[in-house]
Amino acid sequence: MLKCRSVWNKLAPLGRSSAAAACRRPAAGRTGLQQGGGACGVPAAAMSTGGAGGAGGGGGQNMMYFLLVGATAIGGGVYTYRTVRGDRERYDERITEITSRPTKSQQTSYIQSPEPDSVAAAPETEALAPAPQEESPAPVEETPAPIEETPAPVEETPAVEETPVVEETPVVEETPAEEPSAPSSSEDSPESGPEPAGEPAALEPDVVEPAASLEPAAAEPAAALEPAAAALEPAAAALEPAAVEAEAVEPEAVEPAAVESVAVEPAAVEPAAVEPAAAVEPAAVEPAAVEVAAVEAVAVEAVAVEVAAVEPAAVEPAAVEPAAVEAAAVEPVAVEAAAVGADPIAPAESAEPAASLPVVPGHAPYLLIGGGTASFAAARSIRARDPGAKVLIVTDEPDLPYMRPPLSKELWFSDDPTVTDTLRFKQWNGKERSIYFQPPSFYISPEELAVAPNGGVAVLTGRKVVHMDVRGNKVQLDDNTEISYDKCLIATGGVPRNMQVIERAGEEVMNRTTLFRKVEDFKVLDMVSRSVKSITIVGGGFLGSELACALGRRSADSDLEVVQIFPEKGNMGKVLPEYLSNWTTEKVKKEGVKVMPEALVKSVSFKDEQVHIHLKDGRVVITDHLVAAVGLEPSVDLAKSAGLEVDADFGGYRVNAELQARSNIWVAGDAACFYDIRLGRRRVEHHDHAVVSGRLAGENMTGANKPYWHQSMFWSDLGPDVGYEAIGIVDSSLPTVGVFAKATAKDTPRAATEKSGTGIRSESETEEVAQSPVASTTPAPPSLPQKDDYGKGVIFYLRDKVVVGIILWNVFNRMPIARKIIKDGEEHADLNEVAKLFNIHED
Amino acid sequence: MSYCREEGKDRIIFVTKEDHEAPSNAELIADDPNDPYEEQGLILPNGEVNWNCPCLGGMASGPCGSQFKEAFSCFHYSKEEVKGSECIDNFRAMQECMQRYPELYPQDEDSESSPPQGQSGSAPPTDSDPPASTTQSAPSSDSEAPSEGQNAS
Repeated sequence: MLKCRSVWNKLAPLGRSSAAAACRRPAAGRTGLQQGGGACGVPAAAMSTGGAGGAGGGGGQNMMYFLLVGATAIGGGVYTYRTVRGDRERYDERITEITSRPTKSQQTSYIQSPEPDSVAAAPETEALAPAPQEESPAPVEETPAPIEETPAPVEETPAVEETPVVEETPVVEETPAEEPSAPSSSEDSPESGPEPAGEPAALEPDVVEPAASLEPAAAEPAAALEPAAAALEPAAAALEPAAVEAEAVEPEAVEPAAVESVAVEPAAVEPAAVEPAAAVEPAAVEPAAVEVAAVEAVAVEAVAVEVAAVEPAAVEPAAVEPAAVEAAAVEPVAVEAAAVGADPIAPAESAEPAASLPVVPGHAPYLLIGGGTASFAAARSIRARDPGAKVLIVTDEPDLPYMRPPLSKELWFSDDPTVTDTLRFKQWNGKERSIYFQPPSFYISPEELAVAPNGGVAVLTGRKVVHMDVRGNKVQLDDNTEISYDKCLIATGGVPRNMQVIERAGEEVMNRTTLFRKVEDFKVLDMVSRSVKSITIVGGGFLGSELACALGRRSADSDLEVVQIFPEKGNMGKVLPEYLSNWTTEKVKKEGVKVMPEALVKSVSFKDEQVHIHLKDGRVVITDHLVAAVGLEPSVDLAKSAGLEVDADFGGYRVNAELQARSNIWVAGDAACFYDIRLGRRRVEHHDHAVVSGRLAGENMTGANKPYWHQSMFWSDLGPDVGYEAIGIVDSSLPTVGVFAKATAKDTPRAATEKSGTGIRSESETEEVAQSPVASTTPAPPSLPQKDDYGKGVIFYLRDKVVVGIILWNVFNRMPIARKIIKDGEEHADLNEVAKLFNIHED
Repeated sequence: MSYCREEGKDRIIFVTKEDHEAPSNAELIADDPNDPYEEQGLILPNGEVNWNCPCLGGMASGPCGSQFKEAFSCFHYSKEEVKGSECIDNFRAMQECMQRYPELYPQDEDSESSPPQGQSGSAPPTDSDPPASTTQSAPSSDSEAPSEGQNAS
């Protein structure tokens, strides 16, 4: 504004004079001067309107003004147009230049028998996937393209990872094109196989090229092999894996030329291992040939080869697939090989007989580390949202994914003597089920993963991920196998904390200590509980109290002594407000447990065949077996290698509200310290949270980008009387408001109702029924509202007057209301009114 | 009448049935049915099927997942008079697939959503009650356990 003004001011005199001139002309005979003057004066006054100019300034000035503006506009337009066009041209040039580059390099990298067709093919593919190229330059694409006519086994190139920087992946991909006879272009079809990467189809075609990537250095035997390749069919398809690393492969004379392999370090080793690749149908011949070839060729491990050979056969009957297959088949082999030059086989199969060949896929589009509840929920979510998704779960446990809560609850109340084998329990609704989420037939085997037409969930048991390379998008297992991924979920959960005093106490004590978490621990404790005379549980939280109740119930039939010691004043002291915690402790005692609150363990020793626990206050507890339930240590071993942040306050990997730690890495379950939009940053160690967060992570891995919003809940049962569900932040250090149903004459103290041990969750019905008839067992049912009859009610946990946590005490089926209240996050003046929403007097 | 007591920072209120007879005057914020963050039911706001709904259990994610999705999609979008009458082939394919996994899809169940015996869920929390109310929900529980599977909500 001001600027305009000043400019205008400067120009005004000029304008005035010209205008005046203009004015004078027409207004010769009139008092035009006046007007002119007035008009001239106008511009100055009308300055605020800026370009009003000409308002009376005379038509001439207007004209000029318009002319100037017009000229400027046109000039600007022309300039812009020129610039944009020039830029576009430059851009196009650049692109063409880039695309032509790979072909150039490819040709050079082609070590041997550069199949002309393949090369030709390559370029096309190249063009298709310039991007992939860069990524996998390292990995040898080689991909099988060469179909050599010779039976020589084609090395399969485990396409796997394609996209992720493969380099490492020992996986060898290749498509065995062998077919001695005419180029079995069929092989090429593998492309279908390649899916795995899910990378752009373009990649598949890339397979052909393999060239570029080759480690070139690897060349190694490849050269030898190449000659055979020659044939190569155009299969470009075969290549598909292209991205894949094509590692090792070499040995086979045949090898699909492309092979070269290896990318990374292990490469050298692999050589032998890899090939086996798919061999594909022609395979009949091949396999034998392959093996043979492999054997000799492989400098490294002949063994691997054999194995590989087997695989190929197994792999794919499908005609072409090979490529695809290879990924699956190969990988396993390749992988192994990579790891240890020495015996490829061992790693691969994890020492399995050739027959079974547990192959480890070299690439998994969705890799889930950890095989617990969160991981399974994520697998399910991914499969539901991404049709045909290939999910690989890697777990260090020997079991398939199972649910943990029954291990400390329902399984102990089962009447079935074989429960430790069947692991089946009865649910709250009476139906029986196994703790395993799904029977084994739900899963596919890891070796089939890459070639399964509709994808599936594969579980690799007994392997631990020890190293994570985020830049290369791959992980390394404890047997040195490498698996690359597109999206990864870390759901490693945690390990039970041990107490230093126990660790220092020596081996005898350690042998008699159970850190309870897994199925194995349940079996051991079950056995122990039948043979010893006394068990002591250290810890007064959820797990400790539940186990105490379970064992206490068992002690009713045997002369087992169950002792529970913890530093708090009462059971669940960190969760329930004091009055409720005391009440709960009484209940636990009624289950037959000797509860010793406010007990701090000073030292533990082994004497006279028994464990002596010395408490700080001087008491000594003598027992036969110890169970430590003192918390969970989240497993964050991968943080260092992966460069992930670990939270100092809560432990666990730090992730955002969408559970994402880094670009392609999510964390869910016990190990995730996430940002809860409503309640702030937290880490939750409950079953339902694992399900909710696992499911959310799965959704986000398939592109949903939803934050943690659906609040998870948890529950606990401590005997037939005490059962509650809770949601949100339930910390006893927060101020609470509890609203309980006042006992009337009708519902006599529940304490009176010693039910027929129907077990946990006996259902509201049983509770009701039990009330009237069983009242007689109670000594004297108090008639007036007993202060400490907390039969049923609702407890609100407040933080700055907002409800952040709710416990539903013996009232069921009202969780949605509780969830809503927490979601709203409102300040309620009268919580009694809020409590009315729950209808606690009804069942 | 109700009676109240304080124990330190904790307040305890005992109420009789009569006390709670009057309707609550606590205000709850109205829910937005199209909230993208909220868990969706079986049918998404845009009309599509939510394959990740806990109510479906593992039907859409298991080995027969693709057949199930095809059959159910066909049924869902069917505009025939007898809904789904043109989808008979899809359902047959689905059934054939399911017969190959008797463990996962017990043959004595007719409802599509009660695939594996294992599906049911777990969890004691009666919370699952609403979900359990329909056979559909049975599967949901499985991993959903207490999160009351949205059940077909």
